[in-house]
Amino acid sequence: MYRKEKSIQLKSSSAALYNNLSVLRLPGRQLACFSTVHGPSVNVVSAAADGLGFSHRQLQAKEGGMAVSTSILTQAAWCVLPSRVLLVLTSQKGIQMYESDGSIMVYWHALDVTEHPPGQAVFARGIAAAGGRFICVGTSSGLVLVFGIPHKGTNITVSEVLEQHHDAITDIAAELGQAPDGAGDLVTADDSGTLCVWSAGEEFTLLSKIPAFGCTCSSVKLWNGVVAAGYGNGQIRLYEAATGLLRAEVNAHARWIYALDLAPETGKLLSGAEDSFVHVWKLSRNPDTNDVEIKHCHAECVTDTQVCGVRFCDPEGTSFAVTGYDLSEILRYGQA
Amino acid sequence: MSMRTLPLLFLNLGGEMLYILDQRLRAQSIPGEKARKDEWTDVDRKRVMNDIITTMFNKKFMEELFKPQELYSKKALRTVYDRLAHASIMRLNQASMDKLYDLMTMAFKYQVLLCPRPKDILLVTFNHLDAIKDFIQDAPGILNQVDETFRQLIETYTSLSAGEFQLIRQTLLIFFQDMHIRVSIFLKDKVQNSNGRFVLPISGPVPWGTEVPGLIRMFNHNGDEVKRTEFTTDGNYVTPQREGSFDLYGDRVLKLGTNMYSVSRPVETHMSGSYKNLASHTKENIVPNPLAKEELNFLARLLGELETKTPGGSETGFRLNLFMTDEEEEHAALTRPEELSYKVVTIEATQEPGRREELSRILGEMEVADPRPDSSGKGEDLLALMDGL
Repeated sequence: MYRKEKSIQLKSSSAALYNNLSVLRLPGRQLACFSTVHGPSVNVVSAAADGLGFSHRQLQAKEGGMAVSTSILTQAAWCVLPSRVLLVLTSQKGIQMYESDGSIMVYWHALDVTEHPPGQAVFARGIAAAGGRFICVGTSSGLVLVFGIPHKGTNITVSEVLEQHHDAITDIAAELGQAPDGAGDLVTADDSGTLCVWSAGEEFTLLSKIPAFGCTCSSVKLWNGVVAAGYGNGQIRLYEAATGLLRAEVNAHARWIYALDLAPETGKLLSGAEDSFVHVWKLSRNPDTNDVEIKHCHAECVTDTQVCGVRFCDPEGTSFAVTGYDLSEILRYGQA
Repeated sequence: MSMRTLPLLFLNLGGEMLYILDQRLRAQSIPGEKARKDEWTDVDRKRVMNDIITTMFNKKFMEELFKPQELYSKKALRTVYDRLAHASIMRLNQASMDKLYDLMTMAFKYQVLLCPRPKDILLVTFNHLDAIKDFIQDAPGILNQVDETFRQLIETYTSLSAGEFQLIRQTLLIFFQDMHIRVSIFLKDKVQNSNGRFVLPISGPVPWGTEVPGLIRMFNHNGDEVKRTEFTTDGNYVTPQREGSFDLYGDRVLKLGTNMYSVSRPVETHMSGSYKNLASHTKENIVPNPLAKEELNFLARLLGELETKTPGGSETGFRLNLFMTDEEEEHAALTRPEELSYKVVTIEATQEPGRREELSRILGEMEVADPRPDSSGKGEDLLALMDGL
């Protein structure tokens, strides 16, 4: 169903961090951009669709105002808003926002170390654009910072701070399709496995809270009112966003899931885990019963690699990209 | 990132170091009556092991180690092991020390990668400690120290969540990133490929708490299961039999972290072609080292106060060679690729006044009284403690 295509070489290898691959495909242009995090720096690669011609850029984690100290990046992701696209980096020190090609930093937010209990790790993690004009970023103390993004310029401000999680945020996802009424615009996940569903706006409102069952939720996606969550025990679970009802349970991977992605045009779901496998699934809703269905479509084994990032390269899900720990390349697969 | 990584890193690397030293000492030992003055005997071997273990598990040192703190840089940590390896009458040349450190780090990297659950890193640590207790079974005093550390590990780590353990694991993997040194024993056992990457099996028992992949269950709005399907892959997984014990004594089940060396299986490392990303490695050196201050302090203190453990009197220093012959060791020193150099600053035993002044000056400049929240100098204390042992 999918066959391997030409890989993209990176200047440095990918770190073993959740959701460590972001892809930006600008409609109308042939250019796709890829980014993966490597310790204190992030690889930003721009590739033409035919695979010829790449340009590389490496951005460094900002070290903060104080004396010399390196920071480790935890994640990099493009946030697509109606008016602009920003590249957001999260690190141990704070949050950096750049123009989409990584050329200019437009905003820097330092994490308040005093907010965290002493002896605990401090970092930001979890990035998503929401509500057409916000970017949400999580922190290790469980807070979700909501940034208001103007159409252009650098006047970015903290619009709100959401305080529902008690454990480090792992991932945040915005609704990629059409949410049924009351189903919410955003889902946030944390280390304990708790999921919160929100509606976005001047004030974000909590719509439902899906309790943890004892496993970390490392990656989450929201599509047509369905929450798809990947867990540390290798399971993928599907929930109704509006009610928190469990709709499907998949024993998907033999080890910790590191990344999920979803193709909104077709409902294809992509999962990658430490067990070296990447799976493609298909989500759908039965029109009669309204039940959520999921079926397995395809499996890829990335030999001797712990997968840490997976992304579809187009909204139909006809191609996807993968990277893994210690791997200095982005592997690509396309439909045969 | 995780502030609880250092004790696990230190103890596991230390454990591997002891396995290797024990193997090399046994390989090079001569029966007591036949030994010349400069040759190893069994008695010497036990003494070296006891000395190193005593230093490793010193109470004050452990207290400092267990305080929440960021991981040391590779350079700073290497310096700690240099000091530890020389805590006895044993001497190692730079080439042998480099090889020792390569083996230690690749072994632990392998163990961290292959741990089924992040929490299993604790079982790996317990395996190392169980073996260390075996090394010193005839020395009850030191045994007590090790048990104390065991208890502290249990107290600190058994309450951590899976998510926190994964963060520890991720922190360790960042530390080990891009290390692909080929180890002969791993290549022979087919757990490492010729390109230096470890083999990750897609068969065997799944981690405790994970189901064998394959089942899909779907539920209706009432919560009733309405559909069940299965999928298959190339993987060949089975359910695990039992969970390893996290108690002071018990069957750990996991084999990772147990001693894989024996006298008949010597270890060699291969340097060539094991570093793919020279660019990334250079970058690592350019990025400011957060522990540069600590390292300079440590060295300054060492130079100022060093009481070398060079044995006086009738004892001569015993040199241990990690290679098969002296010529091999010399050759390894000359041909070690530049990018793999640990760039450890050589500790001169002679106290040159000029040098000390220079370092004191630097030391003076660096001791700024700015109110940094984490400026309690924990790293310095830890390393400084080693001097006092």
